[in-house]
Amino acid sequence: MPSSVRLQEMIRVIRSARTQGEERGIIQKECADIRAQFRQGDNGERSHSLAKLLYVHMLGYPAHFGQMECVRLIASTRYSEKRIGYLGAMMLLDEKQDASLLITNSIKNDLSHSSQYVQSLALCTLACMGSAEMCRDLAPEIERLLRASNSYIKKKATLCAVHIIRKVPELAEMFTPSARSLLSEKNHGVLHGAVVLITELCKHNPGTLDQFRKAVPELVQIMKGLVTSSYSPEHNVAGISDPFLQVRILRLLRILGHNNDTASDAMNDLLAQVATNTDSSKTAGSAVLYETVLTIMDINSESGLRVLAVNILGRFLLNNDRNIRYISMTSLQKIVQTDHNAVQRHRGTIVDCLKDQDTSVKRRALELSLALVSAVNIRSMMKELLIFLSTCPPELRSHTTSGIFNAAERYSPSKRWHIDTILHVLTTAGGDVRDETVPNLIQLITTASELHCYTVHKLYRALVKDISQQSLVQVACWCIGEYGDLLLKGECEEIEPVQVTEDDVLDALETVLQSHMSSPATRGFALTATMKLSTRITDNVDRIRSIVSNYSSCIDLELQQRAVEYNALFRKYDHMRAAVLERMPVMDKNSPGHTNGDTSGVIKETDPSKLKPVEAGLLSEPASQVCDLLDLLDGTDTPLQPSPAPTNNPTTTSSADLLDLLGGLEPAPVLTETVYEKNGLSLKIQCDKQTDTEVMVTLIGSNSTQNDITNFTLQAAVPKSVQLQMKAPSGNVIPAHGLGQVTQTVVLNNPNKVSLKMRIRVSYSNQGAVHQDTVQIDSFPSPTCPPSVSPL
Amino acid sequence: MIKAILIFNNHGKPRMSKFYEHYTEDTEQQIIRETFHLVSKRDENVCNFLEGGLLIGGSENKLIYRHYATLYFVFCVDSSESELGILDLIQVFVETLDKCFENVCELDLIFHLDKVHNILAEMVMGGMVLETNMSEIITQVEAQGKMEKSEAGIAGAPARAVSAVKNMNLPEMPKNINIGDISIKVPNLPSFK
Repeated sequence: MPSSVRLQEMIRVIRSARTQGEERGIIQKECADIRAQFRQGDNGERSHSLAKLLYVHMLGYPAHFGQMECVRLIASTRYSEKRIGYLGAMMLLDEKQDASLLITNSIKNDLSHSSQYVQSLALCTLACMGSAEMCRDLAPEIERLLRASNSYIKKKATLCAVHIIRKVPELAEMFTPSARSLLSEKNHGVLHGAVVLITELCKHNPGTLDQFRKAVPELVQIMKGLVTSSYSPEHNVAGISDPFLQVRILRLLRILGHNNDTASDAMNDLLAQVATNTDSSKTAGSAVLYETVLTIMDINSESGLRVLAVNILGRFLLNNDRNIRYISMTSLQKIVQTDHNAVQRHRGTIVDCLKDQDTSVKRRALELSLALVSAVNIRSMMKELLIFLSTCPPELRSHTTSGIFNAAERYSPSKRWHIDTILHVLTTAGGDVRDETVPNLIQLITTASELHCYTVHKLYRALVKDISQQSLVQVACWCIGEYGDLLLKGECEEIEPVQVTEDDVLDALETVLQSHMSSPATRGFALTATMKLSTRITDNVDRIRSIVSNYSSCIDLELQQRAVEYNALFRKYDHMRAAVLERMPVMDKNSPGHTNGDTSGVIKETDPSKLKPVEAGLLSEPASQVCDLLDLLDGTDTPLQPSPAPTNNPTTTSSADLLDLLGGLEPAPVLTETVYEKNGLSLKIQCDKQTDTEVMVTLIGSNSTQNDITNFTLQAAVPKSVQLQMKAPSGNVIPAHGLGQVTQTVVLNNPNKVSLKMRIRVSYSNQGAVHQDTVQIDSFPSPTCPPSVSPL
Repeated sequence: MIKAILIFNNHGKPRMSKFYEHYTEDTEQQIIRETFHLVSKRDENVCNFLEGGLLIGGSENKLIYRHYATLYFVFCVDSSESELGILDLIQVFVETLDKCFENVCELDLIFHLDKVHNILAEMVMGGMVLETNMSEIITQVEAQGKMEKSEAGIAGAPARAVSAVKNMNLPEMPKNINIGDISIKVPNLPSFK
């Protein structure tokens, strides 16, 4: 072809360039030539120049000055020029350029051209880069072409219609009637286009979906024809007759049969036939089989068929071909939510795929493994996942760590296991964990009071071994500071005892402080830990004093401030030191599953020292976020203290985990009094512990109606000087007929010894109706006098 | 929907690039570079699917590629396409190129870029698969080529003359005419029809 000769010469010249700079020079010269040629206005040469320009554009050089040339060439009468012009339009123009509007008229004329090739050029260009305005203008033309007699044009017009619907969804109704009639075509190309068009129409409008459901028998017929037909050389790919069309039709059937029983019934036989008869030794057969499986799982098919489908996927999983394995895992991922048990059967194979060399397969196996973790298999799965973590490619690491943490939080069988798992992850991949891991872990450790000794020993050992993983070092420092006395005692049932002296501990902390690997935050942790140890150890208090005073001239402002404050604590406020540095109280979280520490409940603070903002950074937002305690009796409408919400996890079946976290409920009740009774819901208050300044009560809700009470929540408010701490309730559903109860513990700290009052707001739903009520308790049950209640 | 079709060689030089969604020129080049980077790292016997790079859609889109000799054929598709189907489509595309160019090699693609685009336009239109029947595609491409040639005018005369001579049907000429004692050696003159 003539244009190619000139193009080829230019390409030859460009390829002979030895360096990038030389190439750039050649191309600049060529572009200058092309520009000059465009200005000249000779149509014959124009197409050659545009061809050269398109080549240059592909290599990545700017070519915007060719846009107007495309418009001119498209308007020419010669086919070869039109062809290059349209190609240029597709590559250089797009809806954002103004020049694209200029070709609308040319396209319109070409759509009615006598030659089908010119028509096809116009259709192709419109489908590739047609903007919304162009589509609106030309839609009637396309609709007319859909009914043309030429199958070559019909198939192109069909796909063009799909593009128009994507750009301008309102025009969908225009194409609906023609689409239906296209299904009776014999030409596979047209049929293929028709199925794509119907799929697109159904996606946009559920009304048309109903209309096309009537076409299901027709589609089933076509599929049957394809599956059972004898060998036809033109559509055959590796023994399957037109697998592309089969796959498209199966996809459309999936959309039509979803959530619809009649359509699904009509397809059942066909799907069974395809599933059993298709030969899956080559890719084409596998493609059809895979699509069939996805369709079976997505419609209301009978259970026998579903079992067949999952078995096919399982067979795919064992296939040697990695492509097939990848595809089967992708499809298992789609059905793991609905058919969890069926997929669990293949857990072994999936876990083996974690060890595959191929990164794509590993990624799929990881996603699927995380979805398959359950309370039953948590231990073995976690073992596998931890092995995977040590060898996994870097791009998958952070995903793995967050998946492991989620799984551990949801299903951990015991606290010790949970802590061990987190420590293991921190030692292997501490750099890839999320930021909230450190406070979460600390919170977890504080609640596991029986494990403090074990934990601090383990952390100390890990710290001594390696101080490069920042999150691990931070947690270790905090624990050593907090539980240093346990560490120094040396004995612990669960690990072998190792004698740790005070000097060893201080050495370790000093190493962290001085190491260049430690981040400023880590240093802060270490300094605070050192300070806390001053009350836990006996001999080396002077050493601590000297360390702290060293840092009071540190360059880092944060460290300097801390060091100065601690120094002051040593000198002027030495009498307060013990109180300030005593053990932290147990922290609460809203729910085990939540990772954002900001919204946890009130932390009981016994001292107003400046240390607290440092610690609170770990825990949650201090005073600013948590509401200031309410002044109930002033009568102003202050917000009520919300109670922490219970877990709302769809996969956990019980709230047993929640109770575990809280360390168990209180023992047998002492005094119970009913404070509220209405509509079958009764609320009792029970006093568990009472000292001069602290009262711990439990609120018990029970239900004597016929129906369960759901969304049961309690909110409480107390007078200003009293501090309120509400633990998470045991649940928020009270079963009917008094079969169960919901309990919630409340701790009230009353340092000023004012008379205790509490206002409780109860809200719940029963039989779909939402109720809310408020009751005020004026005094609490004590051994001497019964409570007095005044309902509001 | 197919978002992009790229062909590049083992060193990352683009041999053909077709984008079905609009990107700026810089982004297009970056996509080509990034895709080359991802695909060239792959081993020989791993699967042909990759999650998409950052520039071309992320986790929704997949890169499906096939490596033939010195060329990588990469299709970037979204989740509405069947992955194994696209793998077969790449095979059909390469076989079609082979038939059209007679034992296609990289040089053919370099010097006849427009022809490659024309063939592709018969198979994929607007990001959707148009025709997968190889013989149908080849027929159409040849018919369009004929149309171009017939329009070529004077510039095409040498090409036309060459094809005319090739198609000529010459009658048999006797090499020697023996009439008695005279033997005339007849020169080899072709006769024009």
